[in-house]
Order: sequence, then C-alpha cells, then structure tokens
Amino acid sequence: MNDKKIRVLVAKPGLDGHDRGAKVIAAALRDAGMEVIYTGLHQTPEKIAATALQEDVDVVALSVLSGAHMTLFPRVVDLLQESGMTDVLVTGGGIIPAEDAETLQAKGVGRLFGPGTATTDAVEYIRAWFTDRGVGRSTE
Amino acid sequence: MTDSAGAPPLTQPLQDLLARFEAGEPFALARSISLVEDQAEGFESLLHALHDRLGRARRLGITGPPGAGKSTLTSALARLLRDAGETVGIIAVDPSSPFTGGALLGDRVRMDELATEPGIFIRSMASRGSHGGLSATTREAADLMDAFGFDRIILETVGVGQSELEIASQADTTVVVLVPESGDGIQAMKAGLMEVADLFVVNKADRPGADRLKKEIGIVNSLRTGGPQASVPAHHGVDLSRKSRPTPPPEPIEAWDPPVLMSVASSGEGLPELAAEVDRHHAWLRATGSLQSRRAAAAAEHARIVLERAVTRRGAEAWRAWIEEVGDDAGLAGRSPYETARILTARICRDAQ
Repeated sequence: MNDKKIRVLVAKPGLDGHDRGAKVIAAALRDAGMEVIYTGLHQTPEKIAATALQEDVDVVALSVLSGAHMTLFPRVVDLLQESGMTDVLVTGGGIIPAEDAETLQAKGVGRLFGPGTATTDAVEYIRAWFTDRGVGRSTE
Repeated sequence: MTDSAGAPPLTQPLQDLLARFEAGEPFALARSISLVEDQAEGFESLLHALHDRLGRARRLGITGPPGAGKSTLTSALARLLRDAGETVGIIAVDPSSPFTGGALLGDRVRMDELATEPGIFIRSMASRGSHGGLSATTREAADLMDAFGFDRIILETVGVGQSELEIASQADTTVVVLVPESGDGIQAMKAGLMEVADLFVVNKADRPGADRLKKEIGIVNSLRTGGPQASVPAHHGVDLSRKSRPTPPPEPIEAWDPPVLMSVASSGEGLPELAAEVDRHHAWLRATGSLQSRRAAAAAEHARIVLERAVTRRGAEAWRAWIEEVGDDAGLAGRSPYETARILTARICRDAQ
C-alpha cells in the first residue's frame, strides 16, 4: 500500500518578479507525477526553509534570476541543515554562470539549470537523485 | 506479536520519531504526516501510539466551489486565531491529476504571511485519487496535528461541487464559502453542499449580487430545515396558523439554524464575525451534546475506514498471490468470478487467524 510520491517545493526567492520559469518547471514536475508545492514570488530563505520543513519535501527547487544566487542558495542550504533537513536536495535554475554553479555545488547545492534546459532534463535529474537515495523519506 | 490493542509494536526508527514528536519537534510532525500520507510501513502503529492524545483540538472545515476564496479565508482566519493566542494547524487539499498522479499544490500562495509564524503549521496534501474533497489520510494527518497539541485545525478541501462532502464527517464545524457568482448554482447545490453547512460565508461580498445570494441561501436553507420563512408570504395570503391546529410539542433543544455571513477575506472584513459564529456554533455543539455525538460518529466512521483499508490490503495481497499461482488467466477461465472470490475470501480469513 506504500504510496510514495516525490514532493518538491518550487520557490522563487528574492526580489525579481519573473516567475514564468518557476511555473513551467512546477507544471513539468507535476506532469511527471510529482507533488509540487508552489509558494509564489518574493520568498525569503527563512520562508522557504520553514515551508520545506512543514511540507517535508524531498526537493527544494529555487528559481533565481536576480543575480543573488550566491547569497540565496547557500542561505537556504544552511537553514535547512539547521532545522535538521539534511536529506533534502536543493537544486534550481536561473541565470547562473558555470563557475558560480561549481562553487555552489561545493557548498552542497545540487545541479543548477540554465536557460534553454529541457524540462525533461530537470525531471530526470530529480528522479535519478531520488532513485539513488533509496525508497524515499526514511524514518531515521 | 501485537500489543493488547492489536497493533504491531513500533520499529526502532518509529519509536525515535515518536519520541521527537512527543518532544514537540515540528520536523517529527512533518515526517509523521508523510508516513501516514504514504501509508508507509508501520504508520497505523504510529497513529495507534498517539491515539490517547486525540480529542483536544477543535476541527474546522472550510469548503466551497473553486475560486470562492477558501485559502484566503483560511489564512485570514488563522491569523485572527493566532493573534488571539491560539495555535493553528492547517491542512490544505488540492486535487491530484487522475492521469499522472501529480499535483500542483498552490494553497500556500494565499497563506504566505503565515509561513514563518510560530504556532502555525501548514501542510498541503494532494487528494491522491480520493473523491470526497479530501485525501484518504487527511483525517489521520489532522489526528497527528491534534496529538501534537494544536488548539485548532483548519481543513481546507479541494474546490467542490455537489458531492465532495467528506469534510462534514470530520470537522466539528463546517463552513461553506460561496461568492456572489455562485448564485445561479444555489438551486443545484441545495441537495449537496448546502446540507453540510453549519455556517455560510458569502465571500467577496464587495461584488454585486452578494445580498441577493445571501437571501437565496437563507430561503434554500429554511426550505431544508423547515424553519420559519419570514420573507416568504403564505400562498395567496392564506392564514395557516389556524387555532384548531394542534401545536407541535416544543423542541427540547433549539435547532441550529446556519447563519449566512458576509466577508471580504482579502481585506479581513467579516472575519471577526466569522470567528465569533464559529465559537457560537461550538458552544451550541457542547450545550446540546452534539459535539460528543458528532465525534462519536466520526470515530465510528474512521474505524470503518481503517477496517476497509485492512481488508483491501489483504485482498490485494491474496489477489497477487493468486495471479502468481494460476500463471495466466487460463487458471481463472474455468471458474466463475464468484467462485474465485469465494476461494480467496476463505484464504484471507484463514490467513488472518
């Protein structure tokens, strides 16, 4: 009867108001059979972390187009760690130079997707990460 | 190995989770809801272990057609209750796609300002194939919030029509939210949605048609409850209150007449009145013993559902084993479906011993 679903928080932190990308990704993940929690624009890292905890998501996907990715991604990762959410994948997309993406990945952020990404790539990435990790949310 | 009440003992990881739950860690509540929602191994034992802690929270249902403003109203009401010192758990249900199983849960967009509020916990749930306006495990997720110690639990249904009325069997008080545009649908709704309301709210009441809708709800409602219709004159003005009529015996308990309130949830208008009416309804439930009888009926219904779930699970197991046994449908071909079912039922009963 185990009915495990991948739960993803799609959030749009920061001040830019461009949420088309986040919405497209949210819809693609939904259509891939995932449960997507969408929270709208202008989310603070604190809100994102609190939401991720309450919703017990497997994945936090952030869309950042404002250039503030070097601040926002690590902040969300730190807050999740602090609240004991150590098994959550933080991934996302936006206008993020390759070297920045590398730096962020060294800080515990997952793959970051740039403009022109096929939605199927993002879906496959999350699915693969989920499969690699095992059957999902453990009770440990 | 089972304990006296028949639930298998908790595994070590679940015992650890339970300890964190009892220590009041929000993470443990969130993870417990996931286990229940996924119907993961041992979830019923976890619920069983917390059963003695249930019954303190007041459960409020918010339902209504899509776009009526349920999330905004829920958010505004939670804010009000929180400011009055109460802690609030919110469960917001959105539909799953019947095709992909996926869901876009967007109720939090309207609850944004509550995201980091201590004392408020919001959980989005997908309906996962259930058709009653909630998901199969919404009641148990609410039980977890109750056990965790929230004063109030607000259950927000998917956008409903006439038949998704499960909420009424789970909430102490059910609020039906309508908007002026719902007016034309009232006649159609009177058989379903209208029957479960303890309170009506005409939301977006700053739009034209709100007063008319309020009046229509009042009429439909009094037709249903058989209450006096002050606004409707008797047919041809015939006086029906003849002295020769036997007077009906006075009702021992005053019946609840669902009030119709007006609100503009986005600005908070009408919300204090709503909170007050919810309290008045709760006082009525207590005074009349209805609270006890409603909750008893809900508990019985819950037990029936848990039984059904257990039987379904055993049935599915027996079926899988049977299919493996007979290989292809050649093994089924010689038997009528009734015979097959009888054989499997006998096996299920035997295995349950």
